[in-house]
Amino acid sequence: MRIKVPRAQPDDEKTFLRRVRPEDWKNPVPQSTYDLAIVGAGPAGLAAADSAARLGFHVALIERNRMGGNSLNVGSVPSKAVIRTARVYGTMQDAEEFGAPVPSEPTLDFSKVMARMRRIRTRISEYHSVYELTTLGVDVFFGAASFASADSLDVGDILVHFKKALIATGARPRASTIPGLDQAGYRTSGSIFDLAALPKRLAVIGGGPLGCELAQAFCRLGSHVTIVQNDPKFLPREERDAAEILSRSMARDGVEIRLNTTVVSARRAGEAKILRTVNGDVDSDIQADEILLSVGRVPNVEELNLKAAGVEFDTNQGIKVDEFLRSTNHNVYAAGDVCLALKFTNAAQFSARTAVQNALMQAQLRWSSSAIPWCTFCDPEIAHIGLHVWDARQQSIPIKSFTVMMHDVDRAITDGQDTGFVKIHIAEGSDKILGVTIVASRASELINEMAVVISAGIGMEALSKVAHTYPAQSEAILLAARAWKREFDEPAHRAVSGKATDEK
Amino acid sequence: MSDWDRLSEDALIDRLQRAAFSYLIEYANPDTGLVADTSRQGSPCSIAVVGFALSCYPIAVRNGWLSRADGASRTLKTLRFFAQSVQSDAPDATGYKGFYYHFLDMQTGKRVWQCELSLIDTALLIAGVLVAGCYFDGGGDESEIRELADAMYRRVDWRWAQNGAPGLSQGWKPECGFLHYGWEGYNEATILYVLGLGSPTFPLTPSGYVTWGLTYQWENLLDRDVLYSGPLFTHLFSHAWIDFRGIRDAFMREKASDYFENTKSAVAIHREYGERNPHGFKAYGRNFWGVTAGDGPVNEEIRENGRDRRFFGYMSRGVPYGPDDGTIAPWAMLAALPFTPDVALAGTRHLLELHPQVCRQDRFSSGFNPTLQSDTGGWLSEGWYGLDQGLLTMMIENHRTGLVWEMMRRCSYVRDGLKRTGFEGGWL
Repeated sequence: MRIKVPRAQPDDEKTFLRRVRPEDWKNPVPQSTYDLAIVGAGPAGLAAADSAARLGFHVALIERNRMGGNSLNVGSVPSKAVIRTARVYGTMQDAEEFGAPVPSEPTLDFSKVMARMRRIRTRISEYHSVYELTTLGVDVFFGAASFASADSLDVGDILVHFKKALIATGARPRASTIPGLDQAGYRTSGSIFDLAALPKRLAVIGGGPLGCELAQAFCRLGSHVTIVQNDPKFLPREERDAAEILSRSMARDGVEIRLNTTVVSARRAGEAKILRTVNGDVDSDIQADEILLSVGRVPNVEELNLKAAGVEFDTNQGIKVDEFLRSTNHNVYAAGDVCLALKFTNAAQFSARTAVQNALMQAQLRWSSSAIPWCTFCDPEIAHIGLHVWDARQQSIPIKSFTVMMHDVDRAITDGQDTGFVKIHIAEGSDKILGVTIVASRASELINEMAVVISAGIGMEALSKVAHTYPAQSEAILLAARAWKREFDEPAHRAVSGKATDEK
Repeated sequence: MSDWDRLSEDALIDRLQRAAFSYLIEYANPDTGLVADTSRQGSPCSIAVVGFALSCYPIAVRNGWLSRADGASRTLKTLRFFAQSVQSDAPDATGYKGFYYHFLDMQTGKRVWQCELSLIDTALLIAGVLVAGCYFDGGGDESEIRELADAMYRRVDWRWAQNGAPGLSQGWKPECGFLHYGWEGYNEATILYVLGLGSPTFPLTPSGYVTWGLTYQWENLLDRDVLYSGPLFTHLFSHAWIDFRGIRDAFMREKASDYFENTKSAVAIHREYGERNPHGFKAYGRNFWGVTAGDGPVNEEIRENGRDRRFFGYMSRGVPYGPDDGTIAPWAMLAALPFTPDVALAGTRHLLELHPQVCRQDRFSSGFNPTLQSDTGGWLSEGWYGLDQGLLTMMIENHRTGLVWEMMRRCSYVRDGLKRTGFEGGWL
């Protein structure tokens, strides 16, 4: 194995802060009235500001903390950087399977893992920086915003008037309701990347996307991880087969899995943190050095004085919006985690652009989460777009899934990444694609082909005729479409092949 | 040519069926009719195995392995035990609300292992009770059998088991109430819903079956259309009692199929999966399949040719999504006899020829894994499991005479249950 000498690092954190929250920043003098005032500079706010400014509108962007929101600071970006290291480290452990055993036991330097994460975050922050926006003509204000009236916002001692406003304040990790956990101490997605050392024992409470991603990553990095999930399966939003494959994959990595288990209390015992859990009638303790609480996110709505603007909200569901992302104040829109059930960065960005079009261009674009792909970045990754089978069945839509196992895909076999499947859900009796679930090493990439296909209204018939590179893992998509085509072309296929099979 | 090879199809099936049935006699408590879950020392009774035993006594009578009087006597002892055993919310009762605990002490009949009051296992027990009530149609002891069978069925409070929800949980414990696990996706629970909906006393609400059906997945898998469920046994258990040929519920009407045909598709998928053998397990092929719930080696991991192999103990294995650790249930291929007789026999003969150790004393073991311990012929489950033996006895009989299916066709509760779950057509 080639040994690389680490390059000298720039002062990443300083550069990062200069980009996302300059220390010497002075808020501009506000214009008399902005075409659009945006509250929150996370993925939704940034996308909206960029979009509106490029359309030539006067835009004010108000951020109370750092540009980039959760996604850049403590969410997608840092987690993917750490997950990548965990994958590399995991691959080294499996290298023997590829005929390339590492000459000695690989070791991990956690401080360098985190340094890499910070370096990457700094690099990416360039595209979300104050400078980028001011160059576009956006007035950026740092400070806590609250509505002063239906058409104005207080930002400290500054009053910002607007014709239209967009609330994009995002969401924050749901706080603990577990007795004793506050005293025992815990981390959330907001603080887990501040760790200076790899915890020997990490307990993860919550088996949603973030909990699973980080449980697997920290386990691969070398922590003994126990994950506790209240439900019978991980990722309640995903179908059972996908969740079970993930569960087995995590177990293979060494994650200790406690499904159907509730954490009822926490306490400290010396240096250790102890979680008391209940599974049915069985009580047990989990000892950990660090606890990650990942039990969902709640919208940031409380401090906006939304009543002053006539904007209705719910502390759990967030801002109430119609299909055009318009709040009960028709000059105020919302986008991203603060109003959507689908709390993903791409959903935030797309909803923001939709809201901008509707607010400023008199468009009548309807927001639909069915066109938004999402992914849980475990190994294998789990990605989905459109309807799930149960959604369709609840709507009495006859649905059928064409499934290709990744272990039947040549490239997945050669890559040693043959766990998972591609399932294309179609309206039965037609070639219309209603939804897709992909479990694969690179599901986050594969699902985008299906996003294009669905967005363009392409059906299975046309998809079956699209040449794909060979070998490629995306061949699974083609194979599913070709299975549909075979069945479509040969209605008697099933009966004939069934007879043949029986007679073999 | 091996001993098995020399046997004709009928002789082979006869021998295996009789040996499977004999487990239910050999490992039964003659005083109570309780039957051990496994042949292992100290095994408790599994109420599901008792359900299979009750369904198999008529088979034994018909085949001349038991006299009718003996069959009736064993049945009556069993029903008397269950009818008279303690039903309460006490932790050591035998049952509650007409349901029974999954595992019972073989001698006392009391709950063991702090196990759950099991809905599905009670359903399998009650299915056997109803078979007994239909088959024994004479006077004397047989009258009492019918009375007890009727009373036991009527006593089950299926509605209580819904716990106010549309669907069913998988059980209840006095220590913590209803269990959190739910039924998601098609599985062996059809018989549970049919019996629950057929009750004249405490029926399930029809919405329960509808709600469950919303989780079904109709898939084209390995070039086969199937209502998916991974473990093979889920495509067999309800079929041990109910003849699904030609009768369809709303789901199957929509798909222009039926559950019998669906099991044929599932078998084809298992065979095809065996042939493709994606994980490179030893022996897999078109005549070596049957990944299902059953005993397994142990929870351990070994490294083979640089590849991690993870093995499991007793668990539900499935195809093609897994889990699959190279363990098959040797009985499973033959249990598919009513659906795909040719491939069931071909696979069974292949297995017996190459791995005769899986069938000691003519009884199939619960699990066999030739990938693990391959230098000694592969890992083999110790002893036998009652569920496997009971299911095999019934499936062979259904293939040959349809006896159990015929009994259940006559059962008004089952017919009512099927109709209330939306089945129609065919013999119904």
